[in-house]
Amino acid sequence: MIVTRTQKTSFSLYAGLLLLIFYFPIFCIIVASLSEKRFFSFPYPAEAMTTKWYENALKSPQVADFVGISLKIAGLTAFFSVLIGFFAALAYARHRWRGRQTFQRLVLLPLFFPQSVLGLALLMWYNFLHITPAWWTAVIAHTVWIAPITTLVISIQAYGLDESLEEAARDMGATRFQILWRITLPLLMPGMISATCFAILLSWGNFALSLYTTGADSSLPEWLYARMTTGYQPLVPAVGVLSVIVAVVLVLVLFGIISWTSRNARRSTPTP
Amino acid sequence: MKTILAKKLGTFAAGLPGLLSSAPFLLLMAFGFVAPLLCVVWFGLMPPKTFDLGQMPTLENYRIIFGQTYFKSILWSLGLALVTVVILLVICYPLAFAIAKIFRGGGYFITYAIVTSLFVSENIRLFGWVIGFMKNGVIGGTMAKFFQISMDSLLYDIPVIILGMVYVYLPFMLFPLVLGLKMVPDQVREAAFDLGASRWQVFKKIDLPLSMPGVMIGSLLVFVLSIGAISEAKILGGQKIVTIASDIETEFTYAQNWPLGSALSTLFIALTTVVVFFALARFDLEKLLGKKSS
Repeated sequence: MIVTRTQKTSFSLYAGLLLLIFYFPIFCIIVASLSEKRFFSFPYPAEAMTTKWYENALKSPQVADFVGISLKIAGLTAFFSVLIGFFAALAYARHRWRGRQTFQRLVLLPLFFPQSVLGLALLMWYNFLHITPAWWTAVIAHTVWIAPITTLVISIQAYGLDESLEEAARDMGATRFQILWRITLPLLMPGMISATCFAILLSWGNFALSLYTTGADSSLPEWLYARMTTGYQPLVPAVGVLSVIVAVVLVLVLFGIISWTSRNARRSTPTP
Repeated sequence: MKTILAKKLGTFAAGLPGLLSSAPFLLLMAFGFVAPLLCVVWFGLMPPKTFDLGQMPTLENYRIIFGQTYFKSILWSLGLALVTVVILLVICYPLAFAIAKIFRGGGYFITYAIVTSLFVSENIRLFGWVIGFMKNGVIGGTMAKFFQISMDSLLYDIPVIILGMVYVYLPFMLFPLVLGLKMVPDQVREAAFDLGASRWQVFKKIDLPLSMPGVMIGSLLVFVLSIGAISEAKILGGQKIVTIASDIETEFTYAQNWPLGSALSTLFIALTTVVVFFALARFDLEKLLGKKSS
């Protein structure tokens, strides 16, 4: 497509402006977390800048508890939703079967569903089953919402799957399990990695579902919300910023592990 | 007779891998989605203020709902959601167009920048706006210092709630629009321009109709998400307006009237389901996701 220069500059300006507005609240959070005074007012002198709230946050055993609970929930949610999503993606994109179209619509349903209502519904369901909500019941809630997302992410990869590879393996006498483990799984790996990242991050930041399903335990977003509304101090934005950093680090580490293992795998198997 | 049976068995066996690999997902949905929703519907039929499910079903809750002013909060939610969708369509369409058609590497940069922000908890981002807008906040403070304009808090009003919703749901409109616009072939647009079509005509006759699936999915997603929104009105809006989602929450927490809350949820679910099914029935989702290359 032919793009004129003025077109390009005006669209770039527009995009830049939107991004600036988009990151404005995050900038505000950082500014607030560095303010020494308990009650925030802007602009504050440079001498009043401090990192003591970050130190407090890192030392606080209470914050560590919430981080631990959030990590447990995020890790298990990612594991289950990628496992379920892998098979669901095969049913979604790969296999030809009669219920496929209905299944494809069904996958989307939880995504189009307000999370707060889903959380409440689960709360009542647990009550009916006489299950006391705790952090592990939040794992179920998060998985219900995140498994469709991992399914879709892996499906995008599964659409591009070369069926002849699986057929060749079958012709050579591989069992169903061998095909799954040696052919399909490695081929879908990139999709599963991005699905894992999505799952961890979405679970880590989720509030609406956790609010009703964690019971007496409390995840990090829940604690932040409670402190925003009552008992504000700059510790709150500081923990917020830290939680973002933790999320970014988690994803980077994951990507690092994966690129490392895939490089090793490439080295150990002769290239065709 | 035997051959028909064998045929049927054959088609069943051919569908077996699909059925089997969808089974874990279906089980999860049955336990974590369908059963809780049925539980809500049933609870909505219980007499008010009970906590057990074993009573005679009654329509008492629905009578109470229609007798009171709950329709107001339903209308507020619907109105806010509609306004959010319209504003987001106007804001996102040019940006999506730029990402899909104009930028090369820059498009990826914008995409990553926006996806990354998704991973910052919604609460934290909304709280950033609170710090920006409160009295002596980042905006107010800057205005006072450099322009000697004293500003009151801009918080706790309807425009700021709408801003919060537009802000939070922007990615859910943007990415479907980008997908939709990528489906518009460049050759068709160029041909139209060569034949003397104006920019407006190309937009109206080519871009918009061909990117319609993206427009519909984005609007639907944003509509459904914002109709259930709860934190925006709570964090940014104070108690200025009450949405249906916060009405439901109140019934479950302060009022301790689970059956009434369930009945409200049931109405709310019915409303969104009708909208979603009506819209989804008209689109083939496979086109958006899978067949981009062909």
